[in-house]
Amino acid sequence: MDLLGNLALGFGVAFTAQNLMYAFFGSVLGTLIGVLPGLGPVATIAMLLPSIYSLDATPALIMLAGIYYGAQYGGSTTAILINVPGESSSVVTAIDGYQMARQGRAGAALAAAGLGSFFAGCVGTVIIAAFAPPLTELAFKFGPQEYFSLMVLGLIGAVVLASGSLIKAISMIILGLLLAQINTDVISGTARYSFDIPELTDGIGFVVIAMGVFGFGEIISNLGMPAEHREVFTKSVKGLWPTKQDFKEAWPAVLRGTALGSLLGVLPGGGALLASFAAYTVEKKVAGASGRFGKGDIRGVAGPESANNAGAQTSFIPMLTLGIPPNAVMALMVGAMTIKGIQPGPQVMTSNPQLFWGLIASMWVGNAMLVILNLPLIGIWIKLLTVPYRFLFPAITLFCCIGVYTLNNNTFDVYMTAAFAVVGYVFYKLSCEPAPLLLGFILGPMMEENLRRALLLSRGDWGTFFVRPLSAGLLIAAALMIVIVLLPSIKSKREEAFQEE
Amino acid sequence: MKIKSQRDFWSGLMFVVVGVVFAVGATNYSMGTSARPGPGYFPLILSILMALLGAFVLFKSLTIEVEGGDPIGAIAWRPLLVIVASIAVFGAALPRLGLVITVPILILMTSLAGDEFKWKGVLATAVVLTVGSWAIFVLGLKLVIPMWPWFVG
Repeated sequence: MDLLGNLALGFGVAFTAQNLMYAFFGSVLGTLIGVLPGLGPVATIAMLLPSIYSLDATPALIMLAGIYYGAQYGGSTTAILINVPGESSSVVTAIDGYQMARQGRAGAALAAAGLGSFFAGCVGTVIIAAFAPPLTELAFKFGPQEYFSLMVLGLIGAVVLASGSLIKAISMIILGLLLAQINTDVISGTARYSFDIPELTDGIGFVVIAMGVFGFGEIISNLGMPAEHREVFTKSVKGLWPTKQDFKEAWPAVLRGTALGSLLGVLPGGGALLASFAAYTVEKKVAGASGRFGKGDIRGVAGPESANNAGAQTSFIPMLTLGIPPNAVMALMVGAMTIKGIQPGPQVMTSNPQLFWGLIASMWVGNAMLVILNLPLIGIWIKLLTVPYRFLFPAITLFCCIGVYTLNNNTFDVYMTAAFAVVGYVFYKLSCEPAPLLLGFILGPMMEENLRRALLLSRGDWGTFFVRPLSAGLLIAAALMIVIVLLPSIKSKREEAFQEE
Repeated sequence: MKIKSQRDFWSGLMFVVVGVVFAVGATNYSMGTSARPGPGYFPLILSILMALLGAFVLFKSLTIEVEGGDPIGAIAWRPLLVIVASIAVFGAALPRLGLVITVPILILMTSLAGDEFKWKGVLATAVVLTVGSWAIFVLGLKLVIPMWPWFVG
């Protein structure tokens, strides 16, 4: 009925030669950007904003959307190949994807990521089309209390995925939250922990930390090992394609990831990111003892990748319907809409149906293009891995350096990255996992803002988080998660002890 | 008192120190009340939590026996110093010397971090990467990166 009519309208718009071209251009550009570590979609879209003045609103947004999911996919590629998550949501992919690459199964990992993402993208597109109106009702019910509790849940989810000690993982989250406090306080305008350095009043960039801790920390620790112990890749690449067994394992993971991602993506506030973390957790739990998580399990790639792509799709819902950008890229898209004279918000669906449904249809088109574009490229990416490490690490260093420099065109970020390279090596030496730190760092400012707003609304009563049913539900879920994590870990430790005896 | 786990001992210590430093820093900002939290409110809560967690890790490292003592092991000074220095040099050189000179310097320097250094390979890498990064970043992505040293351009 309505849905079909709307989609038909959308595909009519998307399949014009001009819009197809922009979708293609956006996806290609996005993939390239995602593959180059350090150069994120935010920087690119920001640079392209001036150029869209000359475009119509619909092709401009279609191209930006193409960059967005292209970068998502490209970011996963680097996460798998060189353990540098190009995007915050591919932090999780790096865990098992990189291990698979090391075992010579990079092709399978990339294919799983690509096909899983495509499937999730298709489902996500249909969901946006079908559920955009009713789902916004749920988001309307979210107050600051709910946002805060949701983020607590997300952070607890991150702890679950750390393979080391639980308490150290929690400490790393708090450390991340603290690092995020180096900024200018949004409410009072006070510069915090900036030591009168003007660059620090804007906060430390996510890319600076990711690059320093993950990229450079990894290089240093690799070089620190004698060549024969070096944790790089096996020379034998076992096929470009996933095996039958891989498919059997990956499909259910893709389905679960898609479901989770579609649900969590709707929630404003890093939906895709939360989704990928949650999906990893779920996969780990579902697999139980049969899992090889952290050692190259294909489910650890397929699940989170599908989840973050589904989440990336459905995160358009709050932007298109409420005008609330759930992440930095969306914020720039809102900026682009305003440049074109469109006020983002509920009225877009009725006032600019061509734009609204055209954008949704072109998401599917863009996803299809990504698969067509990327599957043949897998072979080329794999070839990259056979390059000896002594050529590879100067190249990675260079791309990271240029990427960091071009973020803001200043050298301060480069020096900060050097400092975080040392920090990353320290973390490595002390076996502190950096992934939870990164998540804490990203969620830090949002968490503080919502906490303070909630306290303001409740006149300082912390009970407000437990009184509101939605918020209480989320907190209970977080508590349950800790309990669940604790139980099997006690179990597995016992099992280990038994085996030793 | 004997340290039972080296890694945990030092990470615990690190968390405690970070917590204390941030807590001291937080006292510089207005705390507000819980009904009107100020800019120091959230950081203080976090830093206290941080210090407590660190203390717990520290306590565990001194009491719970870990097989082998969980040693930190040798520190890879050479790659650490070389890589960090190269990044810093890159930052200092790029705005002044431009991409054309900075990239070869970076490649030469970072290559010293590895245990094999072959002039031929390093020079080839430097040339390829200089041309490559120009093509990708300047030509392709139209990024504003200084190309030539200040005395040329």
